[in-house]
Amino acid sequence: MVTIFGKPLILLYGQLTLGLINGAFYALLSLGLAVIFGLLNIINFTHGALFMLGAFTTWALLNYAGIGYWPSLILAPIIIGALGLVIERVLIKRIAGLDHLYGLLLTFGLSLIIEGLMRNRFGSSGVPYEIPSVLQGATNLGFMVLPRYRAWVVVAAVVMCFFTWLLIEKTRLGATLRAATENAPLVQAFGVNVPRLVTLTYGGGVALAAFAGVLAAPMNSVNPNMGSNLIVVVFAVVVIGGMGSILGSILTGFGLGIIEGLTKVYYPEGSATVIFVVMALVLLLRPAGLFGRAT
Amino acid sequence: MPLTRRALIGSATAAAAALSGRPARAQAPVLKIGVLTDLSGPYKDIGGPLSADCARLAAADFGAAAKGLNVQFVSADHQNKPDVGAGIARQWFDRDGVDVILDVPNSGVSLAVSGVAKEKNKIFLVSNAASSDLTGKACNPNTIHWTYDTWMLAHGTGAALVRSGGTTWYFITADYAFGHALQRDTTQFVNAAGGKVLGATKYPFPGTNDFSSFLLQAQASGAKVVGFANAGADTVNSIKQAKEFGIKQTLAGLLVFISDVHGMGLPVAQGLVLSATFYWDLNDRTRAFSERLRAKVPSVRAGMGHAGNYSSTLHYLKVAAEMGAAQAKASGAATVARMKAMPTDDDAFGKGSVREDGRALHPCYLFQVKTPDESKKPWDYYKLLATIPADEAFRPLKDGGCPLVKS
Repeated sequence: MVTIFGKPLILLYGQLTLGLINGAFYALLSLGLAVIFGLLNIINFTHGALFMLGAFTTWALLNYAGIGYWPSLILAPIIIGALGLVIERVLIKRIAGLDHLYGLLLTFGLSLIIEGLMRNRFGSSGVPYEIPSVLQGATNLGFMVLPRYRAWVVVAAVVMCFFTWLLIEKTRLGATLRAATENAPLVQAFGVNVPRLVTLTYGGGVALAAFAGVLAAPMNSVNPNMGSNLIVVVFAVVVIGGMGSILGSILTGFGLGIIEGLTKVYYPEGSATVIFVVMALVLLLRPAGLFGRAT
Repeated sequence: MPLTRRALIGSATAAAAALSGRPARAQAPVLKIGVLTDLSGPYKDIGGPLSADCARLAAADFGAAAKGLNVQFVSADHQNKPDVGAGIARQWFDRDGVDVILDVPNSGVSLAVSGVAKEKNKIFLVSNAASSDLTGKACNPNTIHWTYDTWMLAHGTGAALVRSGGTTWYFITADYAFGHALQRDTTQFVNAAGGKVLGATKYPFPGTNDFSSFLLQAQASGAKVVGFANAGADTVNSIKQAKEFGIKQTLAGLLVFISDVHGMGLPVAQGLVLSATFYWDLNDRTRAFSERLRAKVPSVRAGMGHAGNYSSTLHYLKVAAEMGAAQAKASGAATVARMKAMPTDDDAFGKGSVREDGRALHPCYLFQVKTPDESKKPWDYYKLLATIPADEAFRPLKDGGCPLVKS
């Protein structure tokens, strides 16, 4: 049997695939964060809570309205995205232009409130959600058994990342958005409603988090703490990728998923730490992140 | 009234005066019970507010007020941090006049609080921590470990599975005191029964959501049984993902609570074998207890940890009533010694006793989770496979290494 550092190669293939799957989540979540940071200059700590709300909305749609997984994939991001619009209009707008710290405190406080309320209502052990019937079961790839649902998650995440990138980099709307990031007053002078653009961008970023939440619902325990575990890692991903860089956060998301996956084989105790070690190294060598531009 | 600083200070002073001016009942010293638990984290559902409800129910069932005992309750959140938990314990004992601390899910926090209880000569009734070290090398005269422990879980589930052919094991273990203790104790039984442990993965706790990587390693090991030495949401995620990956090996949740089964749903949880010392639908007494609790908290059923708080509080109050409140408050160690001398009896656990090393003894039950078809009503989750009598369910006194036990 072929081995690398004492681990069978066949096991490593499986771990790489798993790393890619986790990377898909990191990419989706950090993408939303990057979009929001790019335009609003807000470090959105509520992201994890909104991801969790996305998963709970999926559950609620099924249990209260009988709406299944596939419609939820569209509906939950719309519902949570709309909540995002309200949050931006009512709260975040008021601290626009202030120091980063204010945004951080506001969004962090908000996420504590959301998580606390959900924990009060649903407890900590969470609610069950089943994998949709067409995606149940697994395919044997020879080197590992890949559940169909996980394969779907990677595909969905890649497609979603690609379209978001396309929207921002290749369309007129995206061009306006990027221009507003560079110089908002000037873009406003050209007759673009920048505040509305900002609100919609926040809603869009939040919808991405909710989308990831729907994807997570059938494979993770749907519980109020599910977002707070993930969000810290996702922030590291954004920092490593370069704050606000769209492509950076996507590539870093997948890359770190793989690094984490390999750590889980060679030194599992360190798998929660490895991402932060990478972050420290990157910040030492390239303070703006791998894909960020120094300002 | 316009809100001015002066008005604010005025009303605050008035409120403080009103509070401190409340006449204290001189004849009955207050027995103050502090429920130190996880109110905001992963163990909220195995302990949390329901633990305090159970303790209150014990005071009500006992008729504490009618027997002249003035019992008060406080609760706090230890955030699963040993330093926070020990800090609250100190403050409660030193400043707030707390006599007994209850519950304390999380073995790390429990071990810390146990030390504080000994130092201050107060009482610590652990219901929701698992590490068998609490009555082993870390035992002390002020601590009673009530509901379950890692030895009992390992013995119940581990030994049963080895007997039914699960001779090779792979562990997926939460990397902290509890996970280590559970793996260690289970390994002992697997080896003793002629089985073999092929490998183990320790994963970072808290903060792990995805267990698939560890599951694949477990699968690759070829072990017949995958043992999960973890708890709460981690167990739910591990088992959910094991089903997703079509892991064909026997899954052994070494510590599974009814709230976990509820959170997984029967389609995922069905067939799991688990050990517990309490199940609400076990017999007439447990059902009666559960119905009384349900009258106060309708939405959920108590798990074994919750029931342990009921049972331990009731036993404490019986002893306190016999000793007299002032005597019971005087020395934690003396009161605990009396609790060890008196047999226990309550609706949740039936008849039992408390041993010299602080271990509460009662039967342990081996359950299997029902299939969705077998479950006839809400929370109808377990069927009984076997009963392990109280004198066999827990670690023999001589093997614990507790310094209190004279050999």
